[in-house]
Amino acid sequence: MTTPARRSTAADVGAYTPASQSTFRTCAVTGRRIHDRAEPVIKANAVTAIVFLLVGTIAAVLLVLTRWQAVHLLSAVWYYRLLGVHAMSMLIFFIIFFEMAVLHFASTVLLSARNSMPKLSWAAYALMLGGALLVEAMMWGGRADVLFTSYVPLRATPWYYLGVILFAVGALAVQWVFFRNLVVAKREKTYEGSVPLVVYGAATASIIAVITLVHGAAIYIPTFLWSLGLMKVDPEVYRMIWWGLGHSSQQINVAAMVAVWYMLGALTIGAVVLNEKISRSAFVLYILFISMASAHHLLVDPGLGPAWKVVNTSYFMYMAVLASMIHGFTVPAGMELGMRLRGYTNGMFEWLRKAPWGDPGFSSLVLSVVVFGFVGGITGVTIGTEQINIIVHNTLRVPGHFHATVVSGTAMAFMGATYYLIPLIFQKRVAFWKLAKLQPYLFAGGMFIFTVSMTFAGNFGVPRRHWDITFSQAPYSVPFNPIVDLLLAFVALGGILAATGAFIFVAIAVKSVFFGTPVGEFTLGVETVGLPRGITHPPVHAPDVDQRNAELHAASRGIMGPAPGTIVLVFVFLAVFALYFFSNWKILSFLWRIG
Amino acid sequence: MHTETHTGLESPRGNWWKPAHKAEKVWVGIAFGWCMVLFAMMPLWHWKGGQNPSGIRRRVEPSAFYARTEEFIKQYKVGDDRGLPIVQPPPGADVYLTAMAFQWRPILKLQKGAQYTLHLSSLDVNHGFSLFPINVNFQVVPGYDYGLRVRPNASGDFRIMCNEFCGIGHHTMVGRVIVDDAPAVATTGGAR
Repeated sequence: MTTPARRSTAADVGAYTPASQSTFRTCAVTGRRIHDRAEPVIKANAVTAIVFLLVGTIAAVLLVLTRWQAVHLLSAVWYYRLLGVHAMSMLIFFIIFFEMAVLHFASTVLLSARNSMPKLSWAAYALMLGGALLVEAMMWGGRADVLFTSYVPLRATPWYYLGVILFAVGALAVQWVFFRNLVVAKREKTYEGSVPLVVYGAATASIIAVITLVHGAAIYIPTFLWSLGLMKVDPEVYRMIWWGLGHSSQQINVAAMVAVWYMLGALTIGAVVLNEKISRSAFVLYILFISMASAHHLLVDPGLGPAWKVVNTSYFMYMAVLASMIHGFTVPAGMELGMRLRGYTNGMFEWLRKAPWGDPGFSSLVLSVVVFGFVGGITGVTIGTEQINIIVHNTLRVPGHFHATVVSGTAMAFMGATYYLIPLIFQKRVAFWKLAKLQPYLFAGGMFIFTVSMTFAGNFGVPRRHWDITFSQAPYSVPFNPIVDLLLAFVALGGILAATGAFIFVAIAVKSVFFGTPVGEFTLGVETVGLPRGITHPPVHAPDVDQRNAELHAASRGIMGPAPGTIVLVFVFLAVFALYFFSNWKILSFLWRIG
Repeated sequence: MHTETHTGLESPRGNWWKPAHKAEKVWVGIAFGWCMVLFAMMPLWHWKGGQNPSGIRRRVEPSAFYARTEEFIKQYKVGDDRGLPIVQPPPGADVYLTAMAFQWRPILKLQKGAQYTLHLSSLDVNHGFSLFPINVNFQVVPGYDYGLRVRPNASGDFRIMCNEFCGIGHHTMVGRVIVDDAPAVATTGGAR
């Protein structure tokens, strides 16, 4: 970053003239102005997210201890019930509350702008919280045992659908706040030039959120009416539109996560944007090609023909895959170039060896990129192929995939961001600092074991969302290969490691935010307990950065250019991708002929 | 101080639509090419491959599908197992399998190497057809008849698990498919 960091003191508070008497403080570390009507909204959403993370994690531990057949902890009723609780708490409440914090942060703090509609921010927050609590109450009370997807004609109490609708309306209102903030910031000239890439990524997430929430309204409102007996809902149409919500919302996560990647890269090691055109175009691809992302959930459904399936999964989805493959290059390459610009130019990988691996923001970033790409991305694209889905649909390969994307990817990135939000927004030191340095490795390592073991178990046909694969109460035995028992034990082991990481994260966040030491005085260039390295050692570029950049881009460096290490890494990625993809076709070819 | 080189947290000034370095362009090209390979594999497999989820798809009233299944059972029933009829249709026949909470009805007896049109539908909620141990999976949706042409390539005693949550007895829902070897000699005369 080019903004010189200053020694930190208590917040400076300055008057703000236009529009209101609202005030700003200037961030001591980044020099950005932080609005007093934005900051509490960011805090409330982030804290609420973390509370739901805690609920979801408790459920997760009970679930993995049930699927580990040697333990088989919960009763069938509570297994299915908590499966719904886990998914709603994590995938909807934790992630979306955190994204609301990110959207408020990106549209105000990153632009030094004000929150133009604080009342609406709070009303939206109240709606979302009310909806979330209603949903939780109905699920815990056993009045909505329909799992996360609530496929019609499984029926929950109307209150459940109403809760989801309230939550969605709240989330939609935040998108309005976000866009209005962008407009107001532009009008009030709080920044020069275009919005930063991170804000652009957040805007992408927000646009996709609107698309997603419209699908949500289009399915949950009729379903609510259906649950009251007022109209009919076709089960196949439900599946199609519900996944327009269910999967597109994952694309909000991806866009928000990639924005956080760029942000963490900048904060931790001074990662630069290689080329604005490429990165921004990739974000646009997410918007343009996500609309029918529900298609790959319906590949082995009876309602739709092969042409529809092929077009909607491939043409539309692979352009979104292209976007992710572009970010998968530009994010690490930007990190590499950022490090090289700061002098780590030796060999292919000095930039990685000398990186701040003890900064939880940085380790979270790298682990998020690697597990998201290598496990989540590769499995996702492969299993979302029309024919390959025959050997995947509703097996454990599916949760194996999406835990690698949404947990090791998005949640890991959001955790990394939190290690910076705590000092920068909450102005507290990160508590349990030694644990914090360890936490990303524990969380990502656990999720890696979990996702890979699940994927392997799924290869044997082990179903997802299933209480008892010993089939002890079924009329016929299903003798799975004994290795499946071992794999499910590994699922439990990985799950418990990751859950431990999540509990540590929650403890750190709660302790720091509510009982933490204020950031106070610290000296630049000195490692300080509770402050990530990107704050104590700001990755400032030298004044001659443009000249260094030009040298690294010189034609004499050839095709490898400014980021040769990244080029090696992406080709390793491509090789693994191709191997996995074609192995699956090979396995498929051994099956019965089906058509 | 403003520099041309900047992070994702800083506003680019002026026109940022600038040519990318060759390395970036090459990667975008390769990634695009790979996406086209991913795409091409699907139509290619429809043309050359043996496993496609296309089938015959039409809407059906759940009660009508159930009645058709019962008629099919009556026509080709050869035995019983634990209260479920065992049904042995001739090669080439339309085969009907109804999913309901928490049962697959009936038990099917098929012949290796013969082709059947396997109709799947549900009487109540969504179910998941998962053929064990070969791991073949299809979604079974009430109101829709999914007619898949199948040709077993191995004999054996197969199971059908339900892999879509269908209620509290979901994990007890297991059906059975028996695949016999083709008769050794299918010539005229002699007892079969």
